[in-house]
Amino acid sequence: MFIITCPFCGERDQSEFSAGGEAHIVRPKQPTELSDDEWADFLFMRKNIKGIQFERWNHAHGCRKWFNVVRDTSNDKIYAVYKMGEKPPSN
Amino acid sequence: MSENFRSTETKFLDKTNRISFKYNGKKYYGYKGDTLASALLSNGVHLIGRSFKYHRPRGIMTCGSEEPNAIVQIGGNGPFTEPNVRATEQEIYEGLEASSQNCWPNVKFDVGGINNFISPVIPAGFYYKTFMWPKKLWYSLYEPAIRMSAGLGKSPTQPDPELYDHNYLHCDVLVVGGGISGIIAASISADNGNNTVLIDDKNSLGGSTIFQDDENFKIDDEISSVWLNNQIKNIKNKKNLIIKHRTSLAAYHSYNYLLARENLGDHKSLNERSNKLRQRLWKIRAKKVILATGSIERPLIFNNNDRPGVMLANSVKKYIDYFGVRCGNKNVIFTNNDSAYETAISLNKKGINVTIVDIRNYSSSILVKNAKNAGIKIYWNHTVVDTKGYRRIKSIQIMEMSNDGTNVIGSKINLVCDNLSISGGWTPMVHLFTQSGGKLKFRDSDQVFLPNIAMSDQISIGSCNGNFELDDIIKNTISDCKNFLSSSTTDFDLIKVSCPKQKENKNIWLLPNDKPLGKTKPFLDFQNDSTAKDIKLAMREGFRSIEHVKRYTTTGMGTDQGKLANMHALGIISETAGVKMGSLGTTTFRPPYTPLTFGTIVGRNVGTFFDITRKTPMHAWHENHKAKFENVGQWKRAWFYPKGNENMDQSVQRESKAARESAGILDASTLGKIDIKGTDASEFLNRVYTNAWSKLGIGKCRYGLMLNEDGMVYDDGVTTRLSENHYLMTTTTGGAANVLSKLEDYLQTEWPELDVWLTSVTDHFATASVCGPNSKNILKKLFPNIEFNDETFPHMSFKNAELDGIHCRIMRISFTGEHSYEINIESKYGKSLWEKCMDAGKEFNITPYGTETMHLLRAEKGFIIVGQDTDGTMTPIDLQMDWIVSKKKYDFIGKRSLYRSDTMREDRKQLVGLLTDNPSEILEEGAQIVQDEKKQPIEMLGHVTSSYFSPNLNKSIALAVVKNGKKLKGQKLLVPMKDKTIKVTVSDFIFFDSKNERLNA
Ligand SMILES: [Zn+2]
Repeated sequence: MFIITCPFCGERDQSEFSAGGEAHIVRPKQPTELSDDEWADFLFMRKNIKGIQFERWNHAHGCRKWFNVVRDTSNDKIYAVYKMGEKPPSN
Repeated sequence: MSENFRSTETKFLDKTNRISFKYNGKKYYGYKGDTLASALLSNGVHLIGRSFKYHRPRGIMTCGSEEPNAIVQIGGNGPFTEPNVRATEQEIYEGLEASSQNCWPNVKFDVGGINNFISPVIPAGFYYKTFMWPKKLWYSLYEPAIRMSAGLGKSPTQPDPELYDHNYLHCDVLVVGGGISGIIAASISADNGNNTVLIDDKNSLGGSTIFQDDENFKIDDEISSVWLNNQIKNIKNKKNLIIKHRTSLAAYHSYNYLLARENLGDHKSLNERSNKLRQRLWKIRAKKVILATGSIERPLIFNNNDRPGVMLANSVKKYIDYFGVRCGNKNVIFTNNDSAYETAISLNKKGINVTIVDIRNYSSSILVKNAKNAGIKIYWNHTVVDTKGYRRIKSIQIMEMSNDGTNVIGSKINLVCDNLSISGGWTPMVHLFTQSGGKLKFRDSDQVFLPNIAMSDQISIGSCNGNFELDDIIKNTISDCKNFLSSSTTDFDLIKVSCPKQKENKNIWLLPNDKPLGKTKPFLDFQNDSTAKDIKLAMREGFRSIEHVKRYTTTGMGTDQGKLANMHALGIISETAGVKMGSLGTTTFRPPYTPLTFGTIVGRNVGTFFDITRKTPMHAWHENHKAKFENVGQWKRAWFYPKGNENMDQSVQRESKAARESAGILDASTLGKIDIKGTDASEFLNRVYTNAWSKLGIGKCRYGLMLNEDGMVYDDGVTTRLSENHYLMTTTTGGAANVLSKLEDYLQTEWPELDVWLTSVTDHFATASVCGPNSKNILKKLFPNIEFNDETFPHMSFKNAELDGIHCRIMRISFTGEHSYEINIESKYGKSLWEKCMDAGKEFNITPYGTETMHLLRAEKGFIIVGQDTDGTMTPIDLQMDWIVSKKKYDFIGKRSLYRSDTMREDRKQLVGLLTDNPSEILEEGAQIVQDEKKQPIEMLGHVTSSYFSPNLNKSIALAVVKNGKKLKGQKLLVPMKDKTIKVTVSDFIFFDSKNERLNA
């Protein structure tokens, strides 16, 4: 049970949030131009990293905003939190 | 009368408060403050139970949560009964009933004890190997045999009458453990201005120092117990310190989130308990955590080290010094270190006969000198090679050890005794530290695992951090706390501590014996009956990882999680495998540290509080009219309305006929409703539904199908265009919350450029759906100002209206195939709307119908229910709903997936109708469908998704998903049931009014 700092509300208990999987997977603008493999890559393939992962979270029982989190999946340490549309921190 | 083993006065018990309790049906007495174990020992009772595998008699071994043997059932046979209670932790109360478990037929004569004589055939892996084959004997022979002779207590059969609670607690500093280091830490923390919480699992603070009366242990020139007692008085007056007794930490999660169980009622008699809380689960979020969880004494591993009367030396000291109970009249202390000499001296001072066996050659400690001066006989460089006595130890045999400690020499010496106190040194309690993600290091000098790298803001102090001597404990606690809490000065800065120091260490994980290992029983895990030879056998069979050896031998897998056994198991593995213990690692310690009751975990979330119940505004009306309800998600929906003695079938047949013949009314308030506003609302709907929305006129309604990005049907419902930039979307009852979340996700992350605003309005409106040939006549009466004809108010359109001055939205839409209206009104008028509909409909015999009839009516029309006829693997094409998938739209959610090779396969499972050859036979929903019953293995083509007897068609109808179903129309298939096989024919799935003539009737 970690603590997440919602970029809109501040520090809250994990139980207020829901996880949304890997971040920065943009829905293709022209899906019809993609091959089956390319579409499947967007649709099904996720990295599932042990270590530093960029992922989406939603403050479901709060402001209901989606945002991004940089988390070490091996120890749940959170390194950064940033809004949708913002660039991920480089380090 | 049996002998009284309460030998000395003690200030820790209330001698004026004598308490009677029953153990195995016999009445005994103890005093307020006794544990069940100390009270039994004071009555000379050592034998408590039988071991799990060999059914060997076992006695009380310890005085705390690490107890492996003294596990009892308490609370008699009623609802208060509880298994697996440690007698060493359970406080006695007037009327307590306790009994041995794991003994059948009783503790003194035990049938399973025969396992003890055939034990050469029950080695490690016995349960894995023996009961594996032949498999068919499992239910008839193996499992009943194991359960009969090895059952670990009985579960209560009645509901738990007690109350439990959950509570949150936030603090600056949480101190876990109320021994001397925890008390000093709490004091420093509180003085430093931190909101501090100190929790301790006992009924009083002080740990083992509180009964340390030896004059060699002094703090500021006072005997350590006296000094500590004053400190305890001091901290009780500190303003920002909360002390919680009888509170044990169960789990330590990341980010300093901890769970602790506070015992409020377990020590009280049943009379005192009624209607009060029994236990409370504290959910603690601490900024900083100080672990002062102490250490537990290690046993020694030698042949037959498990007899009743074999106990840990420090526990024997606590029983005599704290509870005033001697654990025997003739004691032998068997040790590898100085601390056990404290026990010897305590016993000697009280005039109890004691002898010492030490595996070391010598010790320079003042304690040893004192023991010698007191005339206590010490056998240096000796080990115990055997013990005698079945229900209680009677004698031991000792031998001298060779210089390297691997062998025994000389002749055996027999010592008569009724208690053997053993001490193999100390193991720091690092369980909680590792639960929190901490990494351990190994200290070779005394072979202990210690906290190394912590994952959160915490420190470990005292003996759980490897400080075993009083001066180290106190001085390191003070300096570590000062650093950790950034405090410059404390009340303890000038403290003076004097204590004996241990210089001579010796450790042998498995002590030598004159017999080969195979002929001995050196127990490691007393609760699970695994021995040193089981570990060696596992290693001979190729197991190397500690986690594998643990599971194969079941070492450390009891309710005590092997608190005593684990270190010796590791030691023997490392010696056998020739690897360093530090590199072997430990098994994973998982929460809870000590077992939790289900009641504590569940708290108040039982019965009606288990989940939220959502009721529609019309609920009371349904109740008054004897509706039966069904659960749909959290909603209670009217299921059917039985009249007189009708059963469900009869009600549904009557309701269905009435709805088609004259008028029916359904409470549709539970449907999800999402209010959509914004200049891009039409474009948004275009992207989330499969069909086109741009051309939907204002005041018009349209059915929409929503897919997941994988092309599978996700939800459906009718959306109404209320004005240019304003829509009202309806969703399925169960899907409402998920649909809103999904739409918000797309809006925020994929299409933030769209000007669209979503609001959930499910609870804001109540909905009455009136259908049937007379629905128009009823609406006319209710809304005299509205023109109800097919030109001005056609099917799939909407009008604003007023009912007695209250605004309503009327949608002319139909889920039954009948001419039908849905009236939406602000929730608080829902019941009144319903009653007005009933009044207006009276002359037309308006009939309320429930969800079951709704399902039947829509099945007659072949309308799907998402989640019943679909299961997340059905595309619109599979559902034969190609008409709703726009070919013109460039993109919508899931569109691309409809052209994947797999979704385009023609032999996918597809929605079809099924008609039984015998029209009165009704298929079972979920039944499998096959073509050829003889084929092996039989091929499952699909299953029945919806099935009813249609009163309007006077025959049975069903919907099903069937492989390649579109092409099987007209073909015969089989539905095999338990006692017969039903013949069916694949049909169209619109069974009734396929031309939709009734919509405008
Ligand atoms: Zn928020």
